[in-house]
Amino acid sequence: MTATVVSVGDTTIHVDSEGFLTEYGEWTEGLAGQLAARIGIELTDEHWKAIRFLRADYPSHGETATLRRVSTLAGIPIKQLFVLFPGKPAKKMAYVAGLPKPRGCV
Amino acid sequence: MRRLVILGGGTAGTIVANKLRRRLALEDWQITVIDRDREHLYQPGLLFVPFGGREDLRKQRRQLLRNGIQFLIGEVGAVDPEQKSVRLTDGDVVSYDYLVVATGTSSRPDQTPGMLGDEWHRSIHDFYTYDGAFALREALQGFTGGRLVVHVVDQPIKCPVAPLEFTFLVEAFLRGRQMRDQVELVYVTPLDGAFTKPIASRYLGQLLDDRKIAVEADFLVERIDAERKTLVSYDEREIGYDLLVTVPLNMGADFIAASGLGDELNYVPVDKHTLQSVAHPDIFAIGDANDLPTSKAGSVAHFSSDIFVENFRQYVEGVAMTHRFDGHANCFVETGDGKGLLIDFNYDTEPLPGRFPLGRLGPMSLLRETKANHWGKLAFRWIYWHLLLPGRWLPLPARMSMSGKHRPDEEVRP
Repeated sequence: MTATVVSVGDTTIHVDSEGFLTEYGEWTEGLAGQLAARIGIELTDEHWKAIRFLRADYPSHGETATLRRVSTLAGIPIKQLFVLFPGKPAKKMAYVAGLPKPRGCV
Repeated sequence: MRRLVILGGGTAGTIVANKLRRRLALEDWQITVIDRDREHLYQPGLLFVPFGGREDLRKQRRQLLRNGIQFLIGEVGAVDPEQKSVRLTDGDVVSYDYLVVATGTSSRPDQTPGMLGDEWHRSIHDFYTYDGAFALREALQGFTGGRLVVHVVDQPIKCPVAPLEFTFLVEAFLRGRQMRDQVELVYVTPLDGAFTKPIASRYLGQLLDDRKIAVEADFLVERIDAERKTLVSYDEREIGYDLLVTVPLNMGADFIAASGLGDELNYVPVDKHTLQSVAHPDIFAIGDANDLPTSKAGSVAHFSSDIFVENFRQYVEGVAMTHRFDGHANCFVETGDGKGLLIDFNYDTEPLPGRFPLGRLGPMSLLRETKANHWGKLAFRWIYWHLLLPGRWLPLPARMSMSGKHRPDEEVRP
């Protein structure tokens, strides 16, 4: 995967062609707030619950958690995820959490 | 005598049982396959049933297993990994030294409110089940026009290209009946497009446009209002239909959850290169039953089984497993009018154009509609029963090859 180096605030990060962070270790909580602001989201405790679950789940699972996985394991109803991250919650959560875009099959 | 128990006698379970029966000494190994019913269904054939396909799709599982393999009929209640035993729902207990979970994935219309009910198999249909495919045939025969919606509840699904194939085939079917103008076709998907990988998207997306099939993306259904014939999403969008062809949520077997072996959809988490359970080293999960990040498709069952068989022999001999599955999958994509596409890909390489399997010779074309691809799909039925399931050698390497493939920017068109 080709990555591009970009600056977000004072931070320099590597992202793919769609803007998703490619280096798990480059993410910080401060960066999450800046990434969220870029897509019009102000992070609340509820957002953080989902983001922290995604961050904790990724290293052991090796994939970005799906909405259903977040809902089942973190106890956040899917409907609420649509309220927190309107439109495309799976992609938006991954973007803010600094994880790869959720996979499709084809 | 060491005991290998394989749960499930479908594509993956049958291939693995037959391959290992030839490789493990009969006097040292007892191999047992357990399935809940006697009949093996040729699932790729279901796609053609709604359009009149009438071939017999079923054979007896027992006849497909080599001599020397024990076959038991039984519903699995739970696995006890500590005791190394399988409890069947009739109370019988089967002990194992090594366990292979090959119980696949199943449609679960019960998981979407409003899907199962009076309208199930009347105005709401599926085609991944034997009964569903035949009920849909009846519905299409009686369809007089309106909005026909093809819909996917969520990923992952068995044979992920099948909903698109169905869409292409139903469009051709409607044209053949001179009623295409009376039907609005809509493809509804939870993904951000009908195709998610950029190169396949470019090649295949045009086919949907050409056929005037609308795509409704990012639509995650919350419920179906069967009375109003409407799909309702979590973000409260609504799509009405006259005839709905849905792909229900797919889940692994219930006993996987009851045994604490699965993830949120009852798939067994495994090492994606060895298929070994991450929690219990003497348990492997193959075919659709595991959580591999690739297609739930027969080709993955085939290619990963080749890797698994070699690794399993090393594992039981106490040496390191040296073979690594790369996520290789290939799928024919029927596009109607007697043509089809072929895609070939793995964990790291998206579907690319080119020729398959013999480089420049083909004879199949990747990401391009040809009649040869269609005939290849039909010929696969014979290969499936007579070469693949018996575990015979096939000239298709388990690892994906870049031979014959090229990136579009390298392509030279005549």
